[in-house]
Amino acid sequence: MGAQLRALRRRIKSVKSTAKITRAQELIASSRIVKAQQRMQAAVPYEREITHALTAVVSNTSKLAHPLMEAKEQPRRAGVLIVTSDSGFCGGFNANILREAEALAGLLRSRGVEPTPYVTGRKGVTWHSFRNREMGGQWVGFSRRPAYTDAKEIADTLIGAFQDENGIDEIHIVSTEFVSMLTQAVVVKRILPLVVEETTEAPAVPLPYFEFEPTAGDVLDSLLPRYIESRIFTALLESAASEEAARRRAMKSATDNANELIRVFTMQMNQARQAEITQEISEIVGGANALADAAAGKE
Amino acid sequence: MAKLRVGVVSPEREIWSGEADMVIAKTVDGELGIMPNHAPVLGVLVEGGVLRVKRDSEADLVAAVHGGFISVAGNDVSILAEAAELGSEVDVAAARDALARAQASIETNQDDADARLEAKRSRARLRAAGEDV
Repeated sequence: MGAQLRALRRRIKSVKSTAKITRAQELIASSRIVKAQQRMQAAVPYEREITHALTAVVSNTSKLAHPLMEAKEQPRRAGVLIVTSDSGFCGGFNANILREAEALAGLLRSRGVEPTPYVTGRKGVTWHSFRNREMGGQWVGFSRRPAYTDAKEIADTLIGAFQDENGIDEIHIVSTEFVSMLTQAVVVKRILPLVVEETTEAPAVPLPYFEFEPTAGDVLDSLLPRYIESRIFTALLESAASEEAARRRAMKSATDNANELIRVFTMQMNQARQAEITQEISEIVGGANALADAAAGKE
Repeated sequence: MAKLRVGVVSPEREIWSGEADMVIAKTVDGELGIMPNHAPVLGVLVEGGVLRVKRDSEADLVAAVHGGFISVAGNDVSILAEAAELGSEVDVAAARDALARAQASIETNQDDADARLEAKRSRARLRAAGEDV
């Protein structure tokens, strides 16, 4: 067997085993997207209710002073929560987020605000520590399956830093939004200070006048942090679903590429084998002819 | 008589929703009973409280609710719990175990706030499951 033929056979074998792995990863990711989407759906009622409750408090109280809603005149430092994944194999998922986070950092600096990154997900943490960037906080180990306690921990750190006199003056969040199975978009949102939107148009159902237990201020005090937690939790869940969707897409194109490679190599291998056979035949025919000619010359 | 539409939700899932005649929850000010046509209320719930939902045909729905809010508007009652568990879902043995452990660490360290919280939660879970604590 020719050397070229052997080399091609070896390559086909290796590409085939790679394709097997990427195909399996693709299937795993597909099933995980469904689960991640279910978790996203399950979190919707709570977020809706808490937004509703917050709207009720804010529209019932005339004075809206709360430390978490006050914007500083001259913000100096900003916290940027960057939501990345723990594991790779998900195409440009993390690169897109980190690029957007860098753009946001540039924008903040041009406004005279110094950004501090708060990072979740091993990929983002590694990216920052490799560049010796100081992080305000880092959390790893739950990017595929975030629990509410994870969101709470992050929110506690961020709110603590926000309320600290020498801490941060605003908080932004860079994460991936799960638009659909095929589309995921990186979004940048400012979560603190909260902005109260005054709408002039009357709501469809006029909000009733609420009584508060114990007082409106106390309710707002405990409601606002919960609202922030819920926002962060939603971002983590969306990011988890997006991560799996990105992984599925990356693995699908890897499998497709592998199959294409196998096709090309198989063709080359067949050509090489055919060339070898043709050469052998012409050698035999040539040899036989030479023998026949020699015999004819003797006579 | 009008009915209350009740929803018990935690951040991770909707725990229960349905119709009821009365809802009793424990806010930081004390027990709060809600019946149909109640005035709109927004209350802060205590850590380790027990929620009771009275229904005329079936047995009461009891749940352990840890922190959160109760919001009443019209005849819609929403319980927003940071964590909640239906009485029927409570693992009694595990809750007793957690309570015993929390009490042990309170005895060694009086200022152990985490253990106190844990003890409170375990007691609420046990009460929700219908056990005496």
